[in-house]
Amino acid sequence: MTLWLMAGLLFTPLAWAVLTLLTDFTRGRLVTWGGILVQVLVSLGLWLVVSRDGGFYYALGGWQAPLGIELRVDGLAVTFVLLTAVVASACGFHAGVYIDPDKPWHRYFWPLFWFLWSGLNAVWLGGDLFNLYVGLELISLSAVGLVALGGKAGALRASLRYLLAALLGSLAYLLGVALIYGQFGTLSIAGIVFWLEEHPVPAGSSLALALMVAGLALKTALFPLHRWLPPAHGIAKSPVSALLSALVVKASFYIAARLWLELGEPLGNLAAAQLVGLLGSAAVVWGSWLACRQMELKQVVAYSSVAQIGYLFLLFPLTYSVSESVSLQAQQGITLQVISHALAKAAMFLAAGNLVLSTGSRRVDALTGVSRFLPFSLFSFALAGVSLMSLPPSGGFAAKWLLLQASLGSGQWWWVLVLLVGGLLSAVYVFRICRASFLESPETNQFYHPHRSLEIIPMILALLSLGLGLVSAEVLSVMALPFEEEGSP
Amino acid sequence: MTAPLLYALAGAMLCGIGLFGLLWLSHLLRKLLAFNIMGSGVFLVMVGLPQHQGGPDPVPQALVLTGIVVAIAATALAVVLIRRYYHLSGMTSLEGDPASREGGAE
Amino acid sequence: MIRTVRALAVAVACLAFTGLLGASIWTIAGNSTPVNLPQLLSENLERSGVEHPVTAVLLNFRSYDTLLEIGVLVIAGIAGISMAKTASLEDPEVRTSDSLLYALQRWFVPLMLVLAGYLLWAGSDRPGGAFQAGAVLAATGVLMRLGGVPMEFLRPGLLLRIGLALGFTVFLLVAVASAIGGDAFLAYPPGMTKILIVVIESVLTLSIAMVLLALFVSAPVNDAEDPEEGSSS
Repeated sequence: MTLWLMAGLLFTPLAWAVLTLLTDFTRGRLVTWGGILVQVLVSLGLWLVVSRDGGFYYALGGWQAPLGIELRVDGLAVTFVLLTAVVASACGFHAGVYIDPDKPWHRYFWPLFWFLWSGLNAVWLGGDLFNLYVGLELISLSAVGLVALGGKAGALRASLRYLLAALLGSLAYLLGVALIYGQFGTLSIAGIVFWLEEHPVPAGSSLALALMVAGLALKTALFPLHRWLPPAHGIAKSPVSALLSALVVKASFYIAARLWLELGEPLGNLAAAQLVGLLGSAAVVWGSWLACRQMELKQVVAYSSVAQIGYLFLLFPLTYSVSESVSLQAQQGITLQVISHALAKAAMFLAAGNLVLSTGSRRVDALTGVSRFLPFSLFSFALAGVSLMSLPPSGGFAAKWLLLQASLGSGQWWWVLVLLVGGLLSAVYVFRICRASFLESPETNQFYHPHRSLEIIPMILALLSLGLGLVSAEVLSVMALPFEEEGSP
Repeated sequence: MTAPLLYALAGAMLCGIGLFGLLWLSHLLRKLLAFNIMGSGVFLVMVGLPQHQGGPDPVPQALVLTGIVVAIAATALAVVLIRRYYHLSGMTSLEGDPASREGGAE
Repeated sequence: MIRTVRALAVAVACLAFTGLLGASIWTIAGNSTPVNLPQLLSENLERSGVEHPVTAVLLNFRSYDTLLEIGVLVIAGIAGISMAKTASLEDPEVRTSDSLLYALQRWFVPLMLVLAGYLLWAGSDRPGGAFQAGAVLAATGVLMRLGGVPMEFLRPGLLLRIGLALGFTVFLLVAVASAIGGDAFLAYPPGMTKILIVVIESVLTLSIAMVLLALFVSAPVNDAEDPEEGSSS
């Protein structure tokens, strides 16, 4: 049963990519909705299996690591697989209604969407350094293709900038992988960790970790390497922006975090950990500040992503040479932050897309009076904002509460300031949007009313993000599950 | 100093040259070429470094083959995007546009 | 002045990076690796179905990498043809009337086709394989197109899309066939490894050539555009 679920998880996105490539947009939409159903069921099945029996290694092609590629199917991985299924299906349903089916190039949306999904699954499950590289490239190229789809000069400029940044990041990562392979002779993360447990750290491998983390930080848009993100996320179609902000940047962060948690203790050092944390804090402050100053609605949301990504990098200082319990708290906090931000930001971008569609303008000041016409979308936007502001009972609150405790527990009180300032600034930019939409203007505006289903999807996502705080204990318990078989050959 | 190590060190130099090109040049095609030079450098390090224990190692060769195909795919996509961008905007670089400036507010 | 200073700063940073990398490589080259993968590989080579270790790694031991990598290639192809101009084949500027090219073509095209076939066949026991063969095949196509051979199938129609996806589809079907039987994803059924690898390599060659050629052809651009989100007027 587990084998079938794994095969289904790996096979369906790739197969549906091919199927939708052969059809036009309208038929591709039907095919995709069928595929989404399969993929959600398979992800849910796998999550249930892992939460019952614990994690396992899955040897592709029957070849064990280090010769073959092994997938690491643990609680954290299946949680993210399920999260991807939820967010991607929401974006898929939204895109099916949102995107104009009459343009001939829009048929290519579906294959790129499915390739993106398969790349995400490959990254969540990957246990092999080089395989993770291929997964990252799968994600980057399909994301660039989605941003550029049918594009005007502005979209092409943004996607080119995105492509160059992503390629440089991948190369830095690959260079690190080359050094690791030269040092350890294997690409399996588990194999390297296993060897490091019993042997002294060989000289010269710190640079490998630094290169990999730097490359991944560029792909995650960590300050000051964030400048490619706002144009790309701002100009793409709203369902694409939602996918990019909610999931794509998380994939590279996930690899960086996994590498740091496994190899950071032997190969890293305190200064590097503090530096990454400092950059993350700078991202929180600078990103939020710029979000407050943007004139375009989607740019506000995009800069808010830069800020929210900053929080994630607090993982580095909060897990380096601290006690076991503090490290666990930090890991749980960051995981909750990833999940709640993914749900909230997807909801926000989809709701922003509705607002843009309705007012016919991308600017914030064009929102005047929209609260009467589109209260539902505006409400979803604000609810997602509540999670970003980390007010209780949202997932964002639970995440920041854990991070707060971890900062205090490890004596690194300065991160608490970042958490407070970031929360305040995010309240400012969310309220700014709400204020703009509650203003009334004397001239009656003509608003286009989007389809009802477009409004329901962001609401569901926002409610999920809001409710995450209530079920955080259950979510975290699945991630903490032990492995079925410890270690790897 | 063995021959493979020489390759790996040459690869390191190519990485440095490519990085400089990517950071400094503004013409998009030159940036793309710089990316390819840096990529070749990475591949050289990858193939050259693990050979210090006698005999070539087929695994990194296979990895590099995969890496080359990925790099070709990315390069080809970038060329198509650059051509279309040039066709639409008449520009060959990403600089000189007010929209890309940070801050946004005037 | 400021430009010079900035250039210097970037150059110094890149030099420092190179130095650091070189030092790290030098140190690492002095250590011995704890895992001897080449030895493990040669022990398992017999069970892989091909004699050449690189092909064995690509299409058996690490076939998941290769599957995803073909996916990357298909993505590039899709994103490329999404920008294509439908009627580009009628564009007279694309066709050349170079008589030298035309004369060379008559010699080169058959020769290159034979070379592609050889490279594909050689992959099982010496350097060669689907990628090299596909690249040569694509180069043949580029040469033919430059010489004015129309090649109708490169229009962004169903035929092109089938061609793009063919190699990937066959690979994927083989990968899932064993999984349905209860084995791992991508495992080859015993006894059929060699024949399956040959089939996969052959269709991959066609698809790789097709993607590269499609990307070459789709570089010409159309003028139709998607209006930006929110700019409805």
